[in-house]
Amino acid sequence: MTTPATENPPAPAAIAPPVNPASRLAALEEAILPVVVALLVAAIVGDVLILSFGQNPGTVYRLLFEGTWGNAYGFGQVLYKTTTLTFTGLAVAVGLRAGLFNIGAESQLAAGGFAAALVGLILPPGLPALVTLPVYLVAAAIGGGLVGGVPGVLKARFGAHEVITTIMLNFIVLALLNYLTAAHLKVEASLHTEEIHAGGLPRLSSYIAAFHGSAANVVLFIALLAVVLTWWFLFRTRRGFELRATGLQPAAAEYGGVDVRSVWWRAMVLSGALAGIGGLNFVLGYKHYYEDAFATGAGFLGIAVAIVGRNNPIGVLLAAFVFATISQGGLAVNAVVPKQMVDVLQAVVIIAVAASVPEVRRMLRKGDR
Amino acid sequence: MSMAESSPAIRLTDIYKSFGPVQANRGASLEVAAGEIHALVGENGAGKSTLMRVLSGMYAPDSGRMEVFGRDVTGWRTAEAIDAGVGMVHQHFMLVPTLTVAENVMLGRELTKNGQLDRERAEREVAELSRATGLAVRADRTVADLSVGEAQRVEILKTLYRGARILILDEPTAVLSPPEIDELWQVLRQVRARGETIVLITHKLDEVMEISDTITVMRNGRTVARLRTAETRPAEIAKAMVGRDVQLAMHYIDEVRGADTAARTHLPPSAPLLEVRDLLVEDARRLTAVNGVSFSVAPGEILGIAGVEGNGQTELLEALAGLRDVRGGRIAIASRDITRLTVKARGDAGLSHIPEDRHARGLILDYSVAENLILGQQHRFTRGVRIDQERIHENARRQIAAYDIRPVDPQLPARALSGGNQQKIVIAREMGRAFQVLLAAQPTRGVDVGAIEFIHARLRDARDAGKAILLVSADLAEILALSDRIAVMYGGRLVTVLPRAEASEEVLGPYMTGAATEHAA
Amino acid sequence: MRKLLLLVGALVVAHVALLFVRVSGAAEAARPDAVNVGIVLDVGGLGDKSFNDGAYRGAQRAEKELGAHIRLIEPGEGADREAGLRLLAAEKMDLVIGVGFIFTDDIAQLAKEYPKTNFAGVDYALATDRAGNPVPPPPNVAALKFKEEEGSFLVGALAALVGNSKKVGFVGGMDVPLIQKFEAGYRAGVLAVCPTCTVVAQYAGVTPEAFRNPGKGKELALNQYQQGVNVIYHASGSTGLGVFEAARQTGKFAIGVDADQYNEAPGRIVTSMVKGIDVAVFDMVKRVQDHKFKGGIYTFGLAQNGVGYVYDEHNRALIPDSTRARLEQLKADIIAGKISVPSTR
Repeated sequence: MTTPATENPPAPAAIAPPVNPASRLAALEEAILPVVVALLVAAIVGDVLILSFGQNPGTVYRLLFEGTWGNAYGFGQVLYKTTTLTFTGLAVAVGLRAGLFNIGAESQLAAGGFAAALVGLILPPGLPALVTLPVYLVAAAIGGGLVGGVPGVLKARFGAHEVITTIMLNFIVLALLNYLTAAHLKVEASLHTEEIHAGGLPRLSSYIAAFHGSAANVVLFIALLAVVLTWWFLFRTRRGFELRATGLQPAAAEYGGVDVRSVWWRAMVLSGALAGIGGLNFVLGYKHYYEDAFATGAGFLGIAVAIVGRNNPIGVLLAAFVFATISQGGLAVNAVVPKQMVDVLQAVVIIAVAASVPEVRRMLRKGDR
Repeated sequence: MSMAESSPAIRLTDIYKSFGPVQANRGASLEVAAGEIHALVGENGAGKSTLMRVLSGMYAPDSGRMEVFGRDVTGWRTAEAIDAGVGMVHQHFMLVPTLTVAENVMLGRELTKNGQLDRERAEREVAELSRATGLAVRADRTVADLSVGEAQRVEILKTLYRGARILILDEPTAVLSPPEIDELWQVLRQVRARGETIVLITHKLDEVMEISDTITVMRNGRTVARLRTAETRPAEIAKAMVGRDVQLAMHYIDEVRGADTAARTHLPPSAPLLEVRDLLVEDARRLTAVNGVSFSVAPGEILGIAGVEGNGQTELLEALAGLRDVRGGRIAIASRDITRLTVKARGDAGLSHIPEDRHARGLILDYSVAENLILGQQHRFTRGVRIDQERIHENARRQIAAYDIRPVDPQLPARALSGGNQQKIVIAREMGRAFQVLLAAQPTRGVDVGAIEFIHARLRDARDAGKAILLVSADLAEILALSDRIAVMYGGRLVTVLPRAEASEEVLGPYMTGAATEHAA
Repeated sequence: MRKLLLLVGALVVAHVALLFVRVSGAAEAARPDAVNVGIVLDVGGLGDKSFNDGAYRGAQRAEKELGAHIRLIEPGEGADREAGLRLLAAEKMDLVIGVGFIFTDDIAQLAKEYPKTNFAGVDYALATDRAGNPVPPPPNVAALKFKEEEGSFLVGALAALVGNSKKVGFVGGMDVPLIQKFEAGYRAGVLAVCPTCTVVAQYAGVTPEAFRNPGKGKELALNQYQQGVNVIYHASGSTGLGVFEAARQTGKFAIGVDADQYNEAPGRIVTSMVKGIDVAVFDMVKRVQDHKFKGGIYTFGLAQNGVGYVYDEHNRALIPDSTRARLEQLKADIIAGKISVPSTR
């Protein structure tokens, strides 16, 4: 065969189920309930952890909600974090839909932000955002897309496993960006570049005063647009049809006239580009400069977001919101419980979802008949 | 062999087993007396395999009672089943190819001497068992070097070596040539003579009639009939399986052969639609799998390729379909060279392909029926970059009606359909559009009797409409029932090509095993 | 599906029940007159055995001795730095501290938005004007600076005195003015007690990676030991772990930096040049409590116990009493202004 082995054939006895008129509703329940169970399990583990620190769960959760959804600033911060996580989550989800496990969103995000910053430093200051935004989008997409495309091409051309290559590329790209920033671009006594004056993107607080101080900015709307477009691409276009087919059963996709190899590298470019555009959130929406390691962990958290969001763009958006809330809430309750509790809580969400969502279980059980 | 007095070897009563919304067994029962060969028959998806997996401890039943030799064993686990002497020989062999026969047989029950593996004793014991049961295979050979039939014997040996008194065989003949099947029947009779009990899962009625003592028929997860082989006829079994009368076209070809060939007197004079010259193809290990094969198929002709699986048929089909690179030779459709074209371009050139493995290639199991009905044709169902949902659904409605795909729900994932209906999706897609040449590989494998009848009719219709059909099947009866000419593939070559009138099981058998060769052009 | 719904129900009940569990003694009320201090640590958090732990020690001391009420925040990513500061400022803390030079921009920004809140930045990076003079921070910001060169001077003198060699070594991390300051003080200290000695000074690189490269540190150190150097002072972050490894391997000596690093290579660490982050943090809290806080540059040198060297039961055996006396004399001279320590090469 010219493609790697396909997934396990299904349960040997292909059984005809009785036709169920309520099957649509059941499918929806099946999609959502396991995640709800996972989140509840995480909440209960959180309760126990909080108790073990000698605190009242009720108080801590109250603080957590006051610090996130309870005031405009906190909510703005949640929206800011949601934005980055949505992009990295979409990136990982698109990869997984094509059957590729992109561990490289971390460096693709950084590369996208870096590329946009470079362009921003070159553009003449004072250009309106309406002119510069498309330029920035393209630059960030190219930056992330290049970093994503390399493992894609290596996979398509030589069969190199994308997990290995994206991990290695994380090290290489992050070290390279670190060097370029530190050795050539940084402002003295800092780890960031000069400020960009060409068409920075407005924060939400310039429209809604209550958001004052929060980093949330109009890149949020780009993220929402990306969710819609990614959903449309995956489920409504021919390329999306072929991408998902490749991810589910490469041998069948090949039989169906799909050029599986080119789907692989295109999917990785798209995945990288999505992560790269996420870099705009910090670089152009928030600080207006590139700072080394500006979003440490957001790329890896994107994997969790994609899994919890069940590789569905809308699910990704919701999952990003959940993880952003936990992250921002962690700061708010930092006074009473240590930060590690938040890390543990995130891990529990991931594990609980992984254990309860059928396709993840199927993925883990591969090879077992 | 009295069935009444002593407690039976197996008694399963009112077994229920569901997987999510799918009820695989709903009130299935089975009673097998000790020392008999019992055939468990039913269409694909009737719940046979599930019931046997319940018996062998792989699944726990949701409800119902299980007894083995009179002991209540409801919900036991695999290890307990093996200890109690219930052994299952799976359709897919579970052998380690790099180990010897003796090593495979003792795997999990290793004999040791002073802490080291006692190979000599193992080989001796395996050889003894081999003699006693008639399962002839040399204990010191490496499994990778064995033929499929020999490997199957090793599986049976392994099960018996572990002390099995109840032997369950899951579709054992699917991978065997006719002489190997005969040998298997001899072995099973010998095992029965030793007093062991055998349950044979199958849906081939000729096998049932030949080897079994008693029969249980399952349909839709229920046990619908229990018969003594000597007192029944194939038509009665088939009726119980399907729930209506069916024409047993393929298994009892003798009855219909005359009529069929008589109806097809005209032989096509026109130029071939599919032409293959000196084709050389390598397998995944870069060994030559198709070694200089040439043939042609004319419009209105079915060329059947018979042969034991693994003799290059898969590679030949994949090369023709564009799924595998060709090392040498030429493939043409209607005189147009397609040797280097992509899968998609071949489709546009008029090639349709029913792949041999519908689960791996022919269907995307998580895609809906409607989506699967356009797989490979997706570029024809677009509006700009978009997939045209409306046309997809209209197409699905039409095909579902024309090919009687059930249940009638285009949104259902293909995974949820029975094997026969899944295959109908593939047939509908590949035959329900414009094409000139059809590659039909194992078109009825794992498909129930009713669907076989339907699929065969469609293939004949296509032939009569002037299409060129290449039929590849491991089922000799199917080849004989459909083909106008028959070629036999052995060791990567076509060793003979015969007109249908000159072919029969007896004539083709020796070619299939390599005993006869007559290198044909 | 019904099973899952039941499970959801059971979990909700369990969770809600747990919410009402009360732990006795939790969340005790702070004293009404206590000073409220918020500290945002650098990414890396508690347990870094360096800056963050130092700040925490200072905070604990302020809690115990001054009765201050302390809130710590450990950020998870870059954007959390500002968020943490903002959270604390919004709670009307009396003092908000950011630990590490990386907070400079964020503190400057927030100081403008919250002019009534006091801020302090550890290692706060001061901008310079055209003439090269430092520009003072905003009026409500205290820039906490340390005279690393003074501490380095003392360990330089110690290295020359106990080294028993005319050559002493220095391994820097990234070759930048901040680290060159360590080298300058060290060099002056060596020459003060041994005018004929030479200092072998090398840097691990020109990027921040130079602070995270133990392999390079070991390579440089082995090279220096081979040239006849017996004591090496490092100012190179975790690159220094490689220096210690070389010391252990060759049986020679090394000097730690920032915090007491004795435990990294027991017996081979003569001393460590320590920065009194705790002293600076405590000092700021005390000023706020005494209503004496005002913005500006605060420099912590030997006189303020802001820098120093470790002398305790672990390394006492390595430092003869006469040497100890000599060092204390030098220290007194620096404090008295008799010796002026250079901060540039």
